[in-house]
Amino acid sequence: MEFTPIIGLEVHVQLLTKSKLFCGCPNLFNPDNPNVQTCPVCIGLPGSLPVMNQEALRLSQKTAMALNLNLANFTKWDRKQYYYPDLPKAYQISQFDLPFSYDGWVEVTLPSSGETTKVRLIRAHLEEDAGKNMHDESGRGGDSKVDLNRTGTPLLEIVSEPDIRCAEEARVFLEELRLLLRYIEVSDCNMQEGSMRCDANVNLHVHEDGEKIPTPIVEVKNLNSFRGVEAAIEYEIKRQVKAWETDRKRIGDVPKETRGWDADRGQTFAQRGKEDAADYRYFPDPDLVPVTTTDEQLEAIRATLCVFPADRRKSYVNDLGLSEYDASVIVDQGREYADYFDEVTSVCGDGKQAANWLTQDVQRELNDRKIEIAEFSISAAVLGSVLQKIVKGDITIKSGREVFAELLKQSDDGTTVSAESVDAIIADKGLGKEQDTGKIDAAIQAVIDNERNAKAVEDVRGGKQQAVGPLIGQVMRELKGADAGSVRQMIIDKLTS
Amino acid sequence: MDITGSTTGQLLDAMQDGTVSAVDVTQAYLDEISAHGETIGAFLSVNSEGSLAQAAEVDRKRSAGEALGKLAGLPVAVKDNICTKGLSTTCASRMLENFVPPYDAHVTTQLQSADAVIIGKANLDEFAMGSSTENSALKVTRNPWNTDHAPGGSSGGSAAAVGARLAPLGIGSDTGGSIRQPASFCGVVGMKPTYGRVSRYGLVAFASSLDQIGPFATDVTGTARLLESIAGYDARDSTSVDQPVPNYSATVDQPLEGLRVGVVSEFFGDGIDSDVDSSVRAAIDVYRSLGAEVSEVSLPHTKYAVATYYLIACSEASSNLARYDGVHYGRRAEQFENMIDMYAASRAEGFGPEVKRRIMLGVFALSEGYSDQYYLKALKVRRLIRNDFDTALENVDVLAGPTCPTPAFKIGELVDDPLQMYLSDICTISANLAGIPGVSVPAGFSSNALPIGLQLLAGPFEEEKLLRAARMFERETDWHTKRPTFS
Repeated sequence: MEFTPIIGLEVHVQLLTKSKLFCGCPNLFNPDNPNVQTCPVCIGLPGSLPVMNQEALRLSQKTAMALNLNLANFTKWDRKQYYYPDLPKAYQISQFDLPFSYDGWVEVTLPSSGETTKVRLIRAHLEEDAGKNMHDESGRGGDSKVDLNRTGTPLLEIVSEPDIRCAEEARVFLEELRLLLRYIEVSDCNMQEGSMRCDANVNLHVHEDGEKIPTPIVEVKNLNSFRGVEAAIEYEIKRQVKAWETDRKRIGDVPKETRGWDADRGQTFAQRGKEDAADYRYFPDPDLVPVTTTDEQLEAIRATLCVFPADRRKSYVNDLGLSEYDASVIVDQGREYADYFDEVTSVCGDGKQAANWLTQDVQRELNDRKIEIAEFSISAAVLGSVLQKIVKGDITIKSGREVFAELLKQSDDGTTVSAESVDAIIADKGLGKEQDTGKIDAAIQAVIDNERNAKAVEDVRGGKQQAVGPLIGQVMRELKGADAGSVRQMIIDKLTS
Repeated sequence: MDITGSTTGQLLDAMQDGTVSAVDVTQAYLDEISAHGETIGAFLSVNSEGSLAQAAEVDRKRSAGEALGKLAGLPVAVKDNICTKGLSTTCASRMLENFVPPYDAHVTTQLQSADAVIIGKANLDEFAMGSSTENSALKVTRNPWNTDHAPGGSSGGSAAAVGARLAPLGIGSDTGGSIRQPASFCGVVGMKPTYGRVSRYGLVAFASSLDQIGPFATDVTGTARLLESIAGYDARDSTSVDQPVPNYSATVDQPLEGLRVGVVSEFFGDGIDSDVDSSVRAAIDVYRSLGAEVSEVSLPHTKYAVATYYLIACSEASSNLARYDGVHYGRRAEQFENMIDMYAASRAEGFGPEVKRRIMLGVFALSEGYSDQYYLKALKVRRLIRNDFDTALENVDVLAGPTCPTPAFKIGELVDDPLQMYLSDICTISANLAGIPGVSVPAGFSSNALPIGLQLLAGPFEEEKLLRAARMFERETDWHTKRPTFS
């Protein structure tokens, strides 16, 4: 049986605004203190009215720009009506036929094949989040409870075209989306806390006798981890292949099915959705006015954008000469990490040197200490000044590592290390590269003249280059800051010319 | 001094010169409510202690020489669909019978900062849905001119309270005529301001795009004074308009030179009562005698107004009233099987028949497959109605006609004929669809001694013009000085 999986994602992202979408209540994750972040507006008391949070729209528009979406100059609010205890007005203020953005794309690269694809986006719209229902899970039939802290917080819904062809691509798409949204600082995209949630629409195009047969679409809801998204889609594809082989049902033969994902059992399961044959009776919210945004306002938002991850990767490869792998490793760690890298690079003037240190020395320390780059005690300016000395040839890489270790030691002892600390360490330890060739020459001569080295000296003269090692070692012990490479060359020159 | 027989101007003067105290005034109205309150049934709750305390505070401020608001010491009957913190706000519904808001409506705050005294919460048709106040689930309100008759609605309690002199001022809300029609029925002045003129924050929504809060008083000056105290921009209502509020009461006595009055021919159509017809035509003659230029104008889409209104109002209502589901506040049924059943049972118990009828109409009009031909079509016709007014008002300053085709009907007369009841709003509904201001002024009595109202309409934010035009008529007539006798 030949088939192509057809996958589209609906992603919900909570925005990092201070307050909720239509009232002044704080927008904070606060599950331990239910119903404290509420007011007459967000709990839908009689007579209360919504007022749009401008910042939420601004962050949404910023996001749309990063997702290559077209921005509408005119948008409006609609009511989506359904009954559920976590929805106190019994309607959600959302956007129906005139979303603020439409037609965009995200580029993703699959690690398994290295293949780069564009996932098109249908739209992104802004809406208010619902609260949270909590049910008694003891099985003793206790009361269900409702927490309205989350009610009315701004939620961005991003809808993709069914362009995704495998579970890996879905995961990578989501990861790239999260990276992008974190870069532009509109959301923390924490799937565990629910600030990023994903539903997947999955079906198959079965290829049979030159015909392409679409199977019924299944929506898998509430996927709350990247691994979950990948696993659920993989499971669903296998399940749908089996279903096709048994019942040969095509799209339209049965109503769209909604399934849940059981992460423990690794299975999707049929759900009796709250929206079976739902008619949301959308209509424009008469309590809110349509929103117009001028091109000038949009340009002002565009000016606040940073360089996006994909562009950053490209520039690291093209402008700094990094490998694609290193570029991705740095960019994928997040904006703070990449910003750190950029600063180190600009101070030391050598991207490759900066990349080596970041992906090895710095990363090792971060891993050992289980910390993020923001918490790292050596600032980008300080690391940059160490690397700058290496790049300029003032110290050796080996000496640089010694300085790095000492900087860590000092900051672990509570000292705030600075560029001056770097100079002090180099001076204290005598790590400055010895530039006085007369001094080096004298030291080499002394080693050559030492009787204990007579055999080695003879060997080198006879062309046995590996014999030079012990001689270099002795010179280096005398002159700590000397460059081993040039010492080696000077010894060879002296003995063979 | 005959406190309850006085106008707001006379009361303010008397309190200012010390003839009476604010407590005297409030006490006089509270006594009147005790004596006649149950005959009229205007109030769902009387704020006896609170109002006396507010009045005492006004007296204290006055004696301390502190600044006083424009309504200092004047009692106001507030329609019970406007939130008052700590005072129950029932919307005359079983659903909210025990609901006490934790916050004040913008209008409530405005009244307080004007040093008004909130004397009680007035009866209404449940959730403001009706034209007679008979849809109140909690109380019957009677017309002070004849207690067998309805006071009109939905702001029937506020209108009856002012008509019966149980309060000198009243606050109502007007979605399709709910201030003007009961003002006309009860022989008082009532005004619906421009949509956006008064903040709706804290007004329990019936139809958000049509609802507007407005004043009642025994005379035009009192109406102007109350309007200027409650009007103005409020950032909590996105549909509130940021326009300066003129000092209406300062200019209300200035006649309008060269006033052009357009008589709306469609408002004198089939079904108009002959007494109403002759009284309103006589009122227009008063304008002629004052030198106004009177002409006939047409609002050709008026015949679609009632249908358009009921589609839009019910659609919005079906959504606005969805929140009363028994989950978070309000009535919850005691017996239910599961969640869905809890919703159904709570709403079945909590809402009266008219509210249910309108919710069902609205749900239908918004349903998939129907919303194009009903809700969206109605929005288009609404635009045509607005265009009618724009065209008509190009050549005249104000439009004139009856407020209602008939004087007050009898209680029970139309309850089984909702369509006939809806037609009671035929002259008032278009102004809500167009968002323009309108006022009803007493303009005579029917042969069976029931008040008749003259309605004047003007362009958006032309309240000042409207009030001055209304005052021109009032000054020439004594209809507003008549008081009902009842026991």
